[in-house]
Amino acid sequence: MTTTYIGTDHVPAQQKTLGRVIIFIATILLVALFLIQILYKTDTITLGFENWRPTLYAYLLWSIALCWGILLIKGDRGQRALFVLPAFLFTIAMVIFPLIFSVYISLHDWNLSAFEGQKFNGLDNFRALLVDEYYWNSMLNMVYYLVAILFEYAIAFGLALLLNSQIVARKFFRVVFLMPLMLSPVAVSWMLGKSLMEYRFGPAATLARHLGWESPAFFSSPEIARFSIMVLDAWTFIPFMMIMLLAGLQALPKEVNEAAKIDGATGWQHFWKITFPLMLPVSITATVIRIIFKLKLADVVINVTSGGPGGATDTVTSFIFREYRDRSNVGYGTMMAVVYLIIIIILMTLMLKLIDRWMQKVT
Amino acid sequence: MNQSSPGVNLVIYRILIYGALLFWAFLCLFPIYWTITTSFKTAVSVTQGHLIPWIDFTPKWIGFRSLGLSPETIFQISTVREEFLKRFFNSVITSVSASILAVMLGSLAAYGLSRFQYKLGFVKNSDISFFFLSQMILPPVVLALPFLVLYRELALLDSTIGLVMLYALMVLPIVIWIMRDQFSTIPIELEEAGLVDGLNVWGVFMRIVLPISFPGMVAAFILCLVLSWNEYFFAALLTSADAKTLPVMVASQTGSQGINWWSMAALSTAAIAPLAIIGVFLESYIVKGLSTGAVK
Repeated sequence: MTTTYIGTDHVPAQQKTLGRVIIFIATILLVALFLIQILYKTDTITLGFENWRPTLYAYLLWSIALCWGILLIKGDRGQRALFVLPAFLFTIAMVIFPLIFSVYISLHDWNLSAFEGQKFNGLDNFRALLVDEYYWNSMLNMVYYLVAILFEYAIAFGLALLLNSQIVARKFFRVVFLMPLMLSPVAVSWMLGKSLMEYRFGPAATLARHLGWESPAFFSSPEIARFSIMVLDAWTFIPFMMIMLLAGLQALPKEVNEAAKIDGATGWQHFWKITFPLMLPVSITATVIRIIFKLKLADVVINVTSGGPGGATDTVTSFIFREYRDRSNVGYGTMMAVVYLIIIIILMTLMLKLIDRWMQKVT
Repeated sequence: MNQSSPGVNLVIYRILIYGALLFWAFLCLFPIYWTITTSFKTAVSVTQGHLIPWIDFTPKWIGFRSLGLSPETIFQISTVREEFLKRFFNSVITSVSASILAVMLGSLAAYGLSRFQYKLGFVKNSDISFFFLSQMILPPVVLALPFLVLYRELALLDSTIGLVMLYALMVLPIVIWIMRDQFSTIPIELEEAGLVDGLNVWGVFMRIVLPISFPGMVAAFILCLVLSWNEYFFAALLTSADAKTLPVMVASQTGSQGINWWSMAALSTAAIAPLAIIGVFLESYIVKGLSTGAVK
């Protein structure tokens, strides 16, 4: 959506020069400070700051100068650029720079608790990663966890249909169903994982005993432990998909339903022939966002099982977390994270491409 | 078709629907009920699996006493309470400031992207949008270790400001996603009228757009608040003594074994209470925020 705004693009030459001077000075300042700090840190000069904090302030100052300068140089167009610029500069500083830095770290033998500091070791970390059974095991676990999304989706869809039918106290049920999403995964780890599903006294274990499961240990055998983690995560995140699907259901045109009723379609046929296809775009959006969230799964695993038994519940994130916490091995940990990111980017791009092509065929 | 009358069918259908609804409501609420009641239970009640207060067991202020928050300890000096309150307010300050920062930066960017055409070399609006939204797939673990090293150099380790910046970054794509949707529903004629009246683009944004899109901003803000209040991963890695947040405190208590379930339960209750209250009273905003993108 665009509009042509009335306004002058004409800016006095004097003002333009002022803007350029401001940006120029700020840039010099930033670069100079950066260079001084590098030289100081490498012991080339003795004058410098104790830490890099001043460089951060310099970047902040430079950002402000850049915004101001652009405003002076570009006039009305500068005013429009100013909407996006702050978020842009923030993201550059917080993502692009650390990402480049993380590639740098990953190519080093870098242990934070070691005295000798970092040492360049090329692709050694990558070679170690290729043969690291536990890493690939956690990758495989991620596949299991992703498959669980299908079941979450089915339950969420069912709940959305329930909430969308003619019921009293809909608002009440919506509030209640949304509740798990509000709870912190760490608290959920204790509430469900460590107390409700506790082997001796937990109500879930007691219930399982009554139902005939002799020793309801939810976290001791690999398969059951993985399943329990899936349940905990599903409990928290089903409301998220449910709300998106419910919004989709409520936006369906009313005529469609009425036409189907006249045709005499049963509920089941009606769902598969009409509701489900119409809901496909929403379903895909919800599932994709859910996949993105699932790829970050860690809190519950760290707090309930610490990846055990034998790495059966480990996610990539929780594995790297322990690699750092137990061994302070930043170099190797970062390499694992970078490889994870690359795999995610490739798979997500492929997936979105496939979905795009498929959707074009369907509609 | 079977022989039963449609009336009977309808009744069965109703029973099934309400049965399913109540069953799921039970699944959602029981863990919360269990946690709250457990904070009032003695060890005996816990081991015997007592569930209903005043019938199964006599509730005692045992859990909250261990936090220094029970009626008889609230006016006494308690180191546990001080520790808890410090973590609690750390969480409040961190999550609120991060959400404000993200909503400010994100709303401005979303407005710019939904109204103006930017061009910088080959970079266009769709590319800038993609740049922002693609941050969503970035797993925190990729940034965590570099930030650990960077923050150490910047002397930002174990500082609230460092955490605020990271959380703001984490929720920024979500704000842009929601607000872009919000701004596109505002009729552009309103803004054109403002321009004719002599306002510049920023005046239009402040005086006309901001008031209209305020509910959307509240929705985005609350979603940010939920995510950053519950965030554990970065906080566990980057904070230790000063800036530690509530989830980290809860997690460190879970590790210690033993059966003082009442104090763990009380701590969990206190940790989930703020968001549970928000969930009850501001539910419509959360639904509004989450529904973005579901309807085109």
